[in-house]
Amino acid sequence: MSISQPIPTHDHTQIELGFLRKYIFSEDHKMIGIQFLFSGMIFLFLGGALALLVRLQIGWPYGNLPMVGNWFPASWGGKMSPEFYTMIFSMHATIMIFFVIIPWLTGAFGNFLIPLQIGARDMAFPKLNMLSYWVMWPSFILMLISFFVAGGAAGSGWTAYPTLSSAAMPDGMTGSPASPNSGTGQVLWLISLLFAGVSSMMGSVNYITTIINMRCPGMTLMRMPMTIWAMFVTAILQAMALPVLTVAIILQLLDKTIGTTFFLPPAGMAFGNWHTGPGGGQPLLWQHLFWFYSHPAVYIMILPAMGMVSDIISTFARKPLFGYRPMVYAIAGIAGLGFIVWGHHMFQSGMDPRLGTGFMIATIMIALPSAVKTFNWLGTIWQGNIQYTSAMLNALAFVSMFVIGGLSGIFMAATPVDVYIHDTYFIVAHIHYVLFMSTIFGIYAGVYYWYPKMFGRMMSETLGKIHFALTFLSANATFYPMHIIGVGGHPRRYFDITIYDTFQHLQPLNAFMTVAAIILGFVQFIFVANFFWSLFFGKKANRNPWHSNSLEWAAPSPPPHGNFEGNVPSVYRGPYEYGHPETQEDYLPQFEPNGPKDTPGGSH
Amino acid sequence: MGSAIMLWPEQASTIASQIDTLFWFVTAVGLIFSLIIGATLVGLAIQYRRQSETFVPTPVHGSTILELAWSIIPLGLVMVMFFWGLFIYVDYNRAPENAMEVYVTGKQWMWHLQHVGGQREINTLHIPTGRPVRLIMTSEDVIHDFYVPAFRVKMDVVPGKYSYLWFEATKPGTYDLFCAAYCGTEHSRMIGKIVVMEPSEFDRWLTQSADRSLALQGRQLFQKLQCITCHHPEANNRAPILEGLYGKRVQLEDGTTVLADEAYIRESILYPKKKIRAGWKPIMPTYDQQVTQDELIRVIAYLKGLKQGETPPLVQQSDAPAVKDEK
Ligand code: HEM
Ligand SMILES: [Cu+2]
Ligand SMILES: [Cu+2]
Repeated sequence: MSISQPIPTHDHTQIELGFLRKYIFSEDHKMIGIQFLFSGMIFLFLGGALALLVRLQIGWPYGNLPMVGNWFPASWGGKMSPEFYTMIFSMHATIMIFFVIIPWLTGAFGNFLIPLQIGARDMAFPKLNMLSYWVMWPSFILMLISFFVAGGAAGSGWTAYPTLSSAAMPDGMTGSPASPNSGTGQVLWLISLLFAGVSSMMGSVNYITTIINMRCPGMTLMRMPMTIWAMFVTAILQAMALPVLTVAIILQLLDKTIGTTFFLPPAGMAFGNWHTGPGGGQPLLWQHLFWFYSHPAVYIMILPAMGMVSDIISTFARKPLFGYRPMVYAIAGIAGLGFIVWGHHMFQSGMDPRLGTGFMIATIMIALPSAVKTFNWLGTIWQGNIQYTSAMLNALAFVSMFVIGGLSGIFMAATPVDVYIHDTYFIVAHIHYVLFMSTIFGIYAGVYYWYPKMFGRMMSETLGKIHFALTFLSANATFYPMHIIGVGGHPRRYFDITIYDTFQHLQPLNAFMTVAAIILGFVQFIFVANFFWSLFFGKKANRNPWHSNSLEWAAPSPPPHGNFEGNVPSVYRGPYEYGHPETQEDYLPQFEPNGPKDTPGGSH
Repeated sequence: MGSAIMLWPEQASTIASQIDTLFWFVTAVGLIFSLIIGATLVGLAIQYRRQSETFVPTPVHGSTILELAWSIIPLGLVMVMFFWGLFIYVDYNRAPENAMEVYVTGKQWMWHLQHVGGQREINTLHIPTGRPVRLIMTSEDVIHDFYVPAFRVKMDVVPGKYSYLWFEATKPGTYDLFCAAYCGTEHSRMIGKIVVMEPSEFDRWLTQSADRSLALQGRQLFQKLQCITCHHPEANNRAPILEGLYGKRVQLEDGTTVLADEAYIRESILYPKKKIRAGWKPIMPTYDQQVTQDELIRVIAYLKGLKQGETPPLVQQSDAPAVKDEK
């Protein structure tokens, strides 16, 4: 049910805002989206640099690091220490997940696309929206500061399992009986994620409200593009799961600072008689709370990409999205199941096998909506007239990488197999196929596709295709072998495997992956170059460069403040009317008043 | 089993082949699906590439039959995986009644293993073939994870809680024991071995190690806790030598004497300032909160039996020697 928005008395396009209001403290959803895009890009490179350091140690253990080695304390002799290693792999994951992927998907694309695609002039709460971006900055800054405090940034993994992470700090704020870098660094990590959570929550509330209340006339739920469906479900997931993480973080913060023992067992049972609190806490409680958020969070980190890829594939195949309704149900199904599978991260935590069985069946069921989505994408390109733009190539890469990542998920869903491969490199391979290779390809597809709308210019297709080909090859070369060493028993988060005879023969493979990772890292500069070059020199884009159907293409590129000139558009049909038999062109936009309305079998 | 080039650890337990079979089934399904999807994707992508600007594809909006097909077929396959997996999972969780029990304590960064007969081991676990072994595990500090790739088993070791794991080894040999749960700086160096022996050989090993009493472990602690740096003839008279101390009366600084019994020794370790021996400076640090009750018992047991001239040599590092070297 949509309410029509009153036409504002003043013309939005005419307002002249100062630089500060326009680019920095902007309340315009488009600018906020672009801000998220830029800050995500900065952190992508920081996170990537950390990843390469991790790979260097694994590829050439204790190698003298060129350049970087000079920054290390003299006592390390230019080599990495285990403390440093644990810090960088923890921070790599933290930054990539909380500062790159989530902000990019929901912050950048969610903000930019939601009002445009539903025909609204802005978000429901523009000030809240601005805050949601600026609350990220305390989070960014605290996380960056944490690299420089005594003991360094947090080193207990992105999962921060107690008691490694949570044991309080007896000697002031700097140390912990468990680990040198779960002192101040860990406290800052916790506070930083609190801010990031507040930001996400503000975003979610805004997205949900906007999508429910501000759709333009004619935009029924079942006429919304998949991107909007995905953002909507993601926002709901986020809003329901985040409070649990927030509570967990606060409890851990209390444990660390004032010495409560939510996650510590009674005195005498951990670290000797060291702690003085009442005890009686449970380290496993954290894992339940953390995964209750973080499993839904992994879907937060892919559903929006699924939505965007659906739109992109349909556009460039010049075909309606195959099975719109099943696609919507599949998203809802994934989200629903997402709340009852968190225990699959804890099969080996000593949980009751009866409980484990429940998590096993729920997890294995996720394969179904995933399969439905995959086959519907294939159905969409079937009999199409496919244009291989950079956006389309990245979108198809998303599909194929998601297939691999989803299938490796089934291995782990089958609990007895998970018993063997849990906490090995197989998991690392899975994570990266779904998160890096699916989601990032989805994000790249989205950038190539919506760049003309964001900045009014086209990106270079040539550079785009070179970037795509090199990324695709080097990413697979980096991550595919991880499946193999994983089933070979190679545990994850190991600083040094060369001390084990068993793994000597894996060393060349590890070195190979490191080389591929370095190439992968440097190839990303092509993307950045393309991005900034096109900002100034790209071909000027018209309103609808891809001959696409959804509402954002009704607005000028880039859209002015208030998005649409004159009245907000009205919607007459679903967003996927490509190749409609009764029209001249091969597409029929949602906002085109003339022409047939919804086709049978399509979106009603 | 290092030298052979193999990507896959050998199967050395009864459950290993079961898990591997399920693994290969999932792999087969996964391969078939990725081949089908991959071939379809590439095939469609080539066949339906844009060939003319004016071609307008037929708008197909979906197909209920296909939707049903690609939901029901995967459903069938994952149900097979589920029930097959469940079957193994039940087995994996139910230790046989006659299992031999071993107590495991993980700590940063070593494994303590204790047989029911009192034989204690560090980082190496001896077990026989053909006899189920049930581990009763806990941690002294952070979460660790007992992982033996060749047995295809893995279980977290959690402070404040017992977790259980059972397996039955099938092949004699030495196998890697890893810590799989990230446990801090030296996580990757939490090296362990499982030594699997023929039952007869194992029984021999067990009797030989039986006299590896509490006292022997106390001796090790005496070195590890650095008691020896002061209580040693070469330590510049910093502290009294403790040979033959037990059972004697000790002259204290305040003029009284006290019997050197267990309580006295315990108190001297935990609260050394309480009773100062005549002629010695109160320089001993407290060990309160640094030794467990368990360790205290072992140190006391050691001191009780310490005879003239038996103080061990000064060693710097207290790396626990393997069982055999001790003897
Ligand atoms: C068919 C779909 C999927 C299934 C059945 C599945 C299953 C699993 C299971 C069982 C685990 C735990 C493995 C272990 O630790 O032993 C896991 C880990 C993980 N999954 Fe998935 N997964 C699926 C899709 C995804 C997607 C789409 C994402 C993200 C976009 C994702 C992200 C992750 C991450 C990040 C972890 C590892 C967390 C960690 O331990 O650091 N998975 N998955
Ligand atoms: Cu999960
Ligand atoms: Cu460990």
